[in-house]
Amino acid sequence: MASEYYNPADLRKFGKITEWSEALGEKFFDYYGKVFEEGALSAREKSLIALAVAHVVKCPYCIDAYTKDGLERGITKEEMMEAVHAGAAIESGATLVHGVQMMNKYEKLSM
Amino acid sequence: MATKSLKAREKDLANTNRQLEILNGSLFESGELPFFRDKLTASGHEVLRPHSLEILQINVGYMCNQVCEHCHVDAGPDRKEIMTLETMEECLEVIRTTGAHTLDLTGGAPEMNPNFRWFVEQAAEAGIRDFIVRSNLTIIRANKKYHDLPDFFAKHGVHVVSSLPHYTRGKTDKQRGDGVFDKSIKALQELNKAGYGIPGSSLQLDLVYNPSGAFLPGNQEALERDFKKALKEDFGIEFNSLFTITNLPIARFLDYLIASENYEEYMTALVDAYNPAAVSNVMCTNTISVSWDGWLYDCDFNQMLGLKVNNSVQHIRDFQENLLKDREIVISQHCYGCTAGAGSSCQGVVT
Ligand code: SF4
Ligand code: SF4
Repeated sequence: MASEYYNPADLRKFGKITEWSEALGEKFFDYYGKVFEEGALSAREKSLIALAVAHVVKCPYCIDAYTKDGLERGITKEEMMEAVHAGAAIESGATLVHGVQMMNKYEKLSM
Repeated sequence: MATKSLKAREKDLANTNRQLEILNGSLFESGELPFFRDKLTASGHEVLRPHSLEILQINVGYMCNQVCEHCHVDAGPDRKEIMTLETMEECLEVIRTTGAHTLDLTGGAPEMNPNFRWFVEQAAEAGIRDFIVRSNLTIIRANKKYHDLPDFFAKHGVHVVSSLPHYTRGKTDKQRGDGVFDKSIKALQELNKAGYGIPGSSLQLDLVYNPSGAFLPGNQEALERDFKKALKEDFGIEFNSLFTITNLPIARFLDYLIASENYEEYMTALVDAYNPAAVSNVMCTNTISVSWDGWLYDCDFNQMLGLKVNNSVQHIRDFQENLLKDREIVISQHCYGCTAGAGSSCQGVVT
């Protein structure tokens, strides 16, 4: 039995999800592959977006995968860290903007 | 960063048998990953044989002014293996008669061989179509006596191929040592000044990119685009093509993989990226590699592993193209480095 929830070796087995639901799995991987091709955004830009999102959704597999992907693309550590900050800023902003809701409620309930 | 070769540090991995033991070791023996031979068979390639000889790659010595962390030669200032004039004469005999269209001089830093210039002058007369010298760039700035190398290369129509791991200082110096980036930039500017890499010039300047770590090279075209843009904008430098080369798990790169506990993951990545389409064009199918002491190998990597050609002809003095073309190429698990992704050779991708 694996003794941990996240095992780095499992990333390699990602493709296996298709075995239990072929149609959906294949559709997902087709879509996934298409998304990261060169397009209006470069594959390099999309790699940095993926890295930022990987941190926001806190997926250790994606963080490993897109750190490596960035290295392969010659992306620098400064660029990677800025991307992570962009993700973190949106995430903390999203929390803080709820402060307005708190303020509204506070005002409404207060005399 | 180490300042001496594995050999001078008397490290375990300076021994080629030890390297081969690791490459044949438990990861493959246990069946966790397939042996290269089995992978070949499974994809319909029984044995690996050369097509035709196109490139003669001559290693004129393992001495180098640098001690790059990833070096598959284990080169360095302390290496004493240097090609003699006598072996050079034997090579010239072959260069004058071979059907190969490309001559590729490598090292170490080939320029550190005391007879390097003489050899270039002689070889340039032999009527070879493409005459490559692999120059590490910093050598040009290392000492006054090398400052005129760009003009010397230009005079003899040499095609210069130089390594630069990245277009930023940080990444370059981490792989190749402090100060390497600034010296390389200066050397590239000098080469441009001598007419190299300039649009419309016949003087060819290509760059080689190897990853600075335990990962595979990205898309060659995309990296070339990024290198061209950054080098032009930041330093006004131009060059012709960028070749991406995968680091093969031998010598200092193997030492690094093991020390950083990346060996298993790296080998797995290479095996996962196995591309049957790359097999037909791996470097050994059109190249013969000659060592500083005249022995023949299927490639520079096999040379560093001490795996001589499997043929009745094994030395440059006995060179016979028709006999060599029937040989079976000697393989081991390091070959996965040549077949990963778009494939890898001294001329970049092979697919
Ligand atoms: S990689 Fe090239 S420049 Fe670096 S030590 Fe090896 S031979 Fe010298
Ligand atoms: S390492 Fe040498 S022998 Fe093996 S595939 Fe590459 S070029 Fe051929």
